[in-house]
Amino acid sequence: MQIYLPIAEVSVNAFLLLGLGGIVGILSGMFGVGGGFLITPLLFFVGIPPAVAVATSTNQIVASSFSALLAHLKRRTVDFRMGWVLLAGGLIGSGIGMFIFNYLKSLGQVDLLVTLCYVIFLGIIGGLMFFESLRAIRRTRKGGRVQRKKHYWVHGLPIKMRFRVSGLYISVIPPVLVGAAVGMLSAIMGVGGGFIMVPAMIYLLGMPTKVVIGTSLLQIIFVTGFTTMLHATTNQTVDIVLAVLLLVGGVLGAQVGTRIGVRMQAEQLRILLAVLVLAVCGKLALDLLLEPSELYSLSPVAAE
Amino acid sequence: MIRAVLAFAGLLLTAFTATAEEEIVLGLSQAEVSITTNFDGSEILVYGAVKRETPIPEGAPLEVVVTVSGPSTPIMVRRKERRFGIWVNTDAIEVDRAPSFYAVVTSGPLSEVLKRIEDLRHRISIPRAIRSVGAPMEIADPTQFTDALIRVRKEANLYQVIEDGVKVDEQTLFRAAVALPASLTEGAYDTRIFLTRGGDVVAQYETVIDVRKVGMERWLFNLAHDQAFIYGLLSLFIAITAGWGASAVFGLLRR
Repeated sequence: MQIYLPIAEVSVNAFLLLGLGGIVGILSGMFGVGGGFLITPLLFFVGIPPAVAVATSTNQIVASSFSALLAHLKRRTVDFRMGWVLLAGGLIGSGIGMFIFNYLKSLGQVDLLVTLCYVIFLGIIGGLMFFESLRAIRRTRKGGRVQRKKHYWVHGLPIKMRFRVSGLYISVIPPVLVGAAVGMLSAIMGVGGGFIMVPAMIYLLGMPTKVVIGTSLLQIIFVTGFTTMLHATTNQTVDIVLAVLLLVGGVLGAQVGTRIGVRMQAEQLRILLAVLVLAVCGKLALDLLLEPSELYSLSPVAAE
Repeated sequence: MIRAVLAFAGLLLTAFTATAEEEIVLGLSQAEVSITTNFDGSEILVYGAVKRETPIPEGAPLEVVVTVSGPSTPIMVRRKERRFGIWVNTDAIEVDRAPSFYAVVTSGPLSEVLKRIEDLRHRISIPRAIRSVGAPMEIADPTQFTDALIRVRKEANLYQVIEDGVKVDEQTLFRAAVALPASLTEGAYDTRIFLTRGGDVVAQYETVIDVRKVGMERWLFNLAHDQAFIYGLLSLFIAITAGWGASAVFGLLRR
């Protein structure tokens, strides 16, 4: 069934969009990532103009993240206190990120920079998670208890705060910085930032994996909601019809994904996310390295 | 049905008393294209007749060229090159005006039905319909960029050349079908019909096909542009409601 999208001004298959939303929703529920790093390239592939794809996927992420968050709230795996601290940093970061983005836009080459950002960050994070999880799984196989380091350098900083749900008593500076870094990257890369946030919370802040996902979702909802409003008011590139199709698939998928995620072990979950991140990274890297079949590309010139 | 209408039109026309030249009398199967939610492209039938006072002139037969052109906008064409091992956009040319959609339908091979000089004068073939002036000095091959623009749009079916797409009967009646793709932008689509003999344009006619969004498509488009803030809030509201709704439904199912 073909459907015409009023803002994107293209006609696409409705079931294809529902399916895309569903897959991304499942991942979002399983791993606590918004799925923006996945859905945006997929939408490009379907033929949605890049500006509309970026803006609309942020709106879709709000929906699937909210659905997943509700599932996590019932399980009490959301650390609200940590969420607010991260969000405070996140909003500052996205403001800075917007500024950098516009500056780079005036220089040109912003597409290249975004892709490079993706390749570098996805590569580093995916690689680190993959090897760390492999090691953890091997240790469990040997029968030894998984003993994660409990003391990080971050524990020595001032302004300490107790995060009861996470079982942490640490300074607020690292979470604010993590939030800011993620906010900045999400403004530049047009994603929720879960794929950076989740590993950062696990490896930098030492939060338990189960709490990390719910808390990351909480932060993602606010950051992507903010971004959606920015896109809608400045560029008019949010396509509500596209968003509805994606999010119907997305919210259903998120519920399924959360249930799958609960049944799996933390290490397995992490290694799967790592593989996924590496796969996307590899695809983007290939696009940069291989000669494209069409060397020329068209883009509209903004009316003066 | 259409054939019958055409035949009738033809009969009427032969009854006309003559004026000096050949003239075009035109009909369109629809003068307006409405883009609705399930819009999946549209086919427009352009049909008409040649009105003339004298007998059909001797010599080269009558040929017909129909062009349909969407709204023109400037387009940036970028080229990738390998730098430091990766493919990056390097050179770029701004094409001043390129139609979002362009179809040329003719009654025979374009090079035969139209002389080059006439093509230049009336901007009929695709390369002529695109206006590109003032390429930067450092780019040695600016035509490569316009060629690429045409190639990319042809692949998307946005630029079409259909030779032998116009049927001409008795050098008097003609009809052509123009297929508009599903990915259409709004605007006034200039439709031109040229009559040629031996490659020279002997008559021409212009009309407009109006392409516009209607119903919900129209309403959403207007809302997004005129009430951007409300539109943004609406998007978020839908997102949150959908997220909550799915959660509630699944909660009920589990019970």
